Amino acid sequence: MARSEAILHPVKNIHGGATLAHYKNTAESVSAVMPAPAQVVIAMQQHIGAPCTPLVKKGDTVYVGTKIGDSDKYISAPIHSSVSGTVTGLGSLLLPSGQTVETVIIESDGQMTPDPDIKPPVVETAEDLVKATRDSGLVGLGGAGFPSHVKLTMNPEKPIDTLIVNGAECEPFITSDYRESVENTENILEGILFLKKLLGIKNAIIAVENNKPKSISMMHSVIENVLGDKMSLDVTDDEKTQALYKIASDERDVDNTIQLMRLKSRYPQGAEKVIIYTTTGRKLPLGKLPSDVGCLVMNITSISVLNKYIKTGMPLVARTVTVDGGAIREPKNVVVPIGTSIADVIEFCGGYKAPARKILYGGPMMGNAVIDVNMPILKQNNAILALDRKQAEKRVESPCIRCGRCAKACPMNLQPLEIESQLRIGNIEAVKALYVEYCMECGSCSFVCPAKRHLTQVMRMAKAEVKNLK
Amino acid sequence: MEKLMVSHSPHIQHEDTSRSIMVDVIIALAPIAVAGCILFGWKAAMLTAICVVSAVLTEYVCCKIMKRANSIGDCSAAVTGLILAMNLSPATKWWMAIIGSVVAIAVVKMMFGGLGHNFANPAITARIVLLVSFPSAMTTWVAPLGAAKLETSATDVTAIATPLSDAALSSGAYSYRQLFMGVVPGSIGETFSLLIILGALYLFARRVISPVTPFAMVGTVAVMSFVFGQDPLYMVLSGGLLFGAVFMATDYVTSPINWKGKLIFGIGCGLLTSLIRKFGYMPEGVSYAILLMNLLVPYINKITVPKPFGWEAAKK
Repeated sequence: MARSEAILHPVKNIHGGATLAHYKNTAESVSAVMPAPAQVVIAMQQHIGAPCTPLVKKGDTVYVGTKIGDSDKYISAPIHSSVSGTVTGLGSLLLPSGQTVETVIIESDGQMTPDPDIKPPVVETAEDLVKATRDSGLVGLGGAGFPSHVKLTMNPEKPIDTLIVNGAECEPFITSDYRESVENTENILEGILFLKKLLGIKNAIIAVENNKPKSISMMHSVIENVLGDKMSLDVTDDEKTQALYKIASDERDVDNTIQLMRLKSRYPQGAEKVIIYTTTGRKLPLGKLPSDVGCLVMNITSISVLNKYIKTGMPLVARTVTVDGGAIREPKNVVVPIGTSIADVIEFCGGYKAPARKILYGGPMMGNAVIDVNMPILKQNNAILALDRKQAEKRVESPCIRCGRCAKACPMNLQPLEIESQLRIGNIEAVKALYVEYCMECGSCSFVCPAKRHLTQVMRMAKAEVKNLK
Repeated sequence: MEKLMVSHSPHIQHEDTSRSIMVDVIIALAPIAVAGCILFGWKAAMLTAICVVSAVLTEYVCCKIMKRANSIGDCSAAVTGLILAMNLSPATKWWMAIIGSVVAIAVVKMMFGGLGHNFANPAITARIVLLVSFPSAMTTWVAPLGAAKLETSATDVTAIATPLSDAALSSGAYSYRQLFMGVVPGSIGETFSLLIILGALYLFARRVISPVTPFAMVGTVAVMSFVFGQDPLYMVLSGGLLFGAVFMATDYVTSPINWKGKLIFGIGCGLLTSLIRKFGYMPEGVSYAILLMNLLVPYINKITVPKPFGWEAAKK
């Protein structure tokens, strides 16, 4: 029966990690839809994998949802126009990752006319679902940007028994997943049921940090009321609930579950390896994928977007972005067309109340600093943070006092202080023997370091050195 | 608009600094130092001041000579000076205290690369240097305030027995109460067990030190005392054990990184302390025990490298 009896406790506790201030200032800000910007710059790579080739040229007319870039490679995701208007040219852009990518520049006509060819896809089998997911242009919206259809392609040799819906949102400031979970609760549940059904996954666990009680209680009541036996179709005329109920009723007699799990607020709960461990107790070995341990991990917003696509056929052309930081006048959640410049988004949030010293794509722990406010919003950007002078203040590095806090905070159980000292004397063999390859660059070591050492960066350099060793 | 700053993630950091950690240690030490100065009088107060000032001054001069950025602001030199003072007999001469501070900072710390690079605990090494160089002055004990009144005028300054001396051990001269309240002869900071325990609790609560090393060290001494047929509680409260276990064996730079290493280190310190107390030619062995274990730290770290998350799973 598809219902949860109670809210689950984590199966295992996160190893290490850091307690961060939450700064969830925008939690109660209802997502505001931004009007069409005058121009969008759409990067041809907004995902992990092969870049897309532009399918349009200067002068072409495009609509919201028109495919403008694609690749024939498997690990890639097509890119769609987020506005209606005219292609004014192709350009290039240096991303914070160091890659230079092609861009399509579109001048908006302000109408936001949807592409007339858009219609809901027919999704009846797992293969249909994979194709639809690819067509939607969906990538991991939690920040990683891994093409979702790749994850949803089932391998019969690696059966998946658990769908983990990642709503941890452990980075400070960011509330876009939270807003999605309270504003589109039914849609998310519907998406989960749909995925479970088509992919034949028995259990689904929605994992949320305990600093989002409203998200947990809302999802809980939807699961209880709609998926349980308490309600029948005739007692509600709410359209959303009816649709959800219909899917749920098919699942009634199947021995499977959707459960909610309340995670402790501790960074980095939302990291893939960590959330698999806390929700199922399974440990993901180095270099393995979640499917190797029978799990499929999806960001909560990704599921919501996928379900919207299945219902409407409108691909990923806009996303909710948390705009916050000490320099922003009116921090809020904004639904932004992909490719809108950061400057336009900040303008929509009342502009600056203090000079911005550092602007981040994403959260303060793993986000990337941008060099230019005219950089466009990418699919995987869940937040834009404009830090003021005080927040961006550089800390002075001092000698390592070997307190071991970095080792204690490392969720991978590494010893950054030892790795740093071995790297400094160039002993790469020793660096490798300290298992640096396990590092996922979550930033916890740098965060806790009382000597303010740049440990995370050292780990990145150490990983690169170890790679060269081979 | 100003140019944007670009740096690698993470972009936020915890507010604790090396300095704030040192200040926490000073806060934990302060009541012990004040009590020591009250118990042992103005000479103890003077020695404490001399140690702290000369340690800080030595670091300042070293930085100048070595053309390094002035590092006295991190307060680590002040902590070293304070811990050294707590390890001295109140009868130590003022110039010996200065020699101790110079050895601790200039030789043990700065010559090996400054904060974070010393192979042994500077205060302990300095204390041992003084003990070897000036054995009589360093083992001349003074009766504390309360004890002098208790033990009549017969107590001569030079002949007074510490709790771990053969005389005291055989006669049971000191009560638990006296050991708790510090009214026994000893180094300036080692006698007041109650305040040392409170200091330890403060440092545990502030997560400045891990309880593993102190508990392992003290526990091992208790067990070993029992094996040797001594009173475990008396042996734990006497001498420099508590002070050493809380403030010196837990020194970050010269103790292992993770709890496994700390456990090995603490047990080793406790074992050596008991063996020296029982079989050595000196009544007390805490300093030597910690110093010897300091030298083993790199090896302990080497054998206790933890397996990363997901390692066992990969093995299967």
